[in-house]
Amino acid sequence: MPAEKAIPVAKPASKPGDVKIEQKLEGVIQEEKPVANKITVGHVHMSGCTGCLVSLADNYEGLFKILDDYADLVYALTLVDVRHVPEMDVALVEGSVCIQDEMAVEEIKETRRKAKVVVALGACASYGNITRFCRGGQWNQPQHESYLPIGDIIDVDVTLPGCPPGPQSIRNVCVMAYLLLQGTDEQKALAAAYLTPLMNLAKRGTEACGCDLMYDVINQGLCMGCGTCAATCPVRAITMVYGKPQVDRDLCIKCGACYAQCPRSFFNFDVINEFESITELIGAAMGQGGE
Amino acid sequence: MVLGNYKSAVAARSTDKGILSASQDGGIVTQLFAFALDEGIIDGAIVAGPGAEPWMPEPVVATTKAELLAARGTRYTISPNMALIKEATRSYGLDKVGIVGTPCQMQGLRKAQLYPIGMRDVPDKIALAIGIFCMENFPYQGLETMVEDHCTVKMESAVKMDIGKGKFSVYTERGGLSQIPLKLTHKYEQPGCHVCLDYVSNLADVSTGSVGTPDGWSTVFVRTKVGDGVWARAVDAGCFETKPIEEVKPGLELVTKLATDKITKNQKTVEARASFGVKADGSGKALRNPYL
Repeated sequence: MPAEKAIPVAKPASKPGDVKIEQKLEGVIQEEKPVANKITVGHVHMSGCTGCLVSLADNYEGLFKILDDYADLVYALTLVDVRHVPEMDVALVEGSVCIQDEMAVEEIKETRRKAKVVVALGACASYGNITRFCRGGQWNQPQHESYLPIGDIIDVDVTLPGCPPGPQSIRNVCVMAYLLLQGTDEQKALAAAYLTPLMNLAKRGTEACGCDLMYDVINQGLCMGCGTCAATCPVRAITMVYGKPQVDRDLCIKCGACYAQCPRSFFNFDVINEFESITELIGAAMGQGGE
Repeated sequence: MVLGNYKSAVAARSTDKGILSASQDGGIVTQLFAFALDEGIIDGAIVAGPGAEPWMPEPVVATTKAELLAARGTRYTISPNMALIKEATRSYGLDKVGIVGTPCQMQGLRKAQLYPIGMRDVPDKIALAIGIFCMENFPYQGLETMVEDHCTVKMESAVKMDIGKGKFSVYTERGGLSQIPLKLTHKYEQPGCHVCLDYVSNLADVSTGSVGTPDGWSTVFVRTKVGDGVWARAVDAGCFETKPIEEVKPGLELVTKLATDKITKNQKTVEARASFGVKADGSGKALRNPYL
């Protein structure tokens, strides 16, 4: 005779007595005093490393201030249980797009359709960065070989390079995006002026490299040897030799920080001359008060 | 606006004879950083220290008065001080960074504070930025040619170099003085200086330079709240001898004239770049303009 099949024991009708339910959460908890006119922000994760999101989080209490007063985080798979790309005022997109990954391509297109402002957050979204070096051939998707910065698939409004972009730069972009969408006319004008160079970077293209310092600064007769590029390079690929940048191109990961940070790439006097008042304004917005 | 925003302008010099013994002018940068170090306003400063070759500066993070003293004197060649701005907040572990630099380096600094693209933690850790006046700079090989060929002085023998009153002057350790008209130095200027629209470090907290005041003194602009606070404390502490700028010759009039000359000339260069080449339709083809 065949062995008798084990019959599953029926689940107890009621929970065992040693499990205590202290509190039951019901529905969505509303903020006690919702702040009016918050903008909606989403974090869209393409082929990135989450380092850009960590960089946003590294604003510490500054991030809480932003979420308390200026922005609702409506989408971020790492932090929020919202499964599909919703409507957003600002989409912070990190990572590049693998064009052999159908879902990734669909998600970036969906992001453009759903977002008023698309920010390429970090070097991968902006310029491809380390994913420029991808060429497939690894298990278990050896055909996943082509990665493009998001600007090659969708129109990007604001490019914020850096690997990772500095926390303070993401904070500044968030605060300025809020002022642009919800501020007074004066604040809107300031925010537009602040964001203009980052919008121009988006228009400039999706390629970046230490070579940019040659093509667009030294070759153009604009380098004055300040050394900023060497400081900003995350992999120390730039040394200053007789006062000019020397790029070790086999070290360079193509993040675009050196060119973007160079004071001879963009230098908008209208904004930077006001560094003292703008720093104070951002400080005040972040609740840091006066001096 | 050729002199930028400022709260006050004075003629000043350090009261420390030790500092003045080898300072370029009034010892303002060395004295102000030394005071700021003592008072804990900064815990280090990026300055142009001695480099690998004679008269070649090397950016260093100075955390002692001795290191500040070693950086005294103008080196008329490029010292990429901004190259250390992030490292000062990393392995050096500084929380309150001082930096001295030319106008363009002050521009790089303020851009890094407002648009800190690869400059994590830098914006909030800048405690005191001192800018120096700068008409133009020279590549090292250009300076070498000016000193060794035109002035016939060995680089190692020079103890001071100075640009003023239309001349480039080299003083030697044995008391010699060799001068050439500034005109002869023009071709050795760093090309990137020709699009610079700032003479007196408009974006510094405090800026200082030689022009406007007698030898041994400096012209000082106090520009920001930070600069105002530090300067007032240093003056109260007796660090500086000061005179109202109106009472010294040639005063702000000459500073304004030179600043206007520099900006007018370089603005023309910037504009000429807009039609540097030729397009197919015969109109001008532009070189890049960083200010647009």
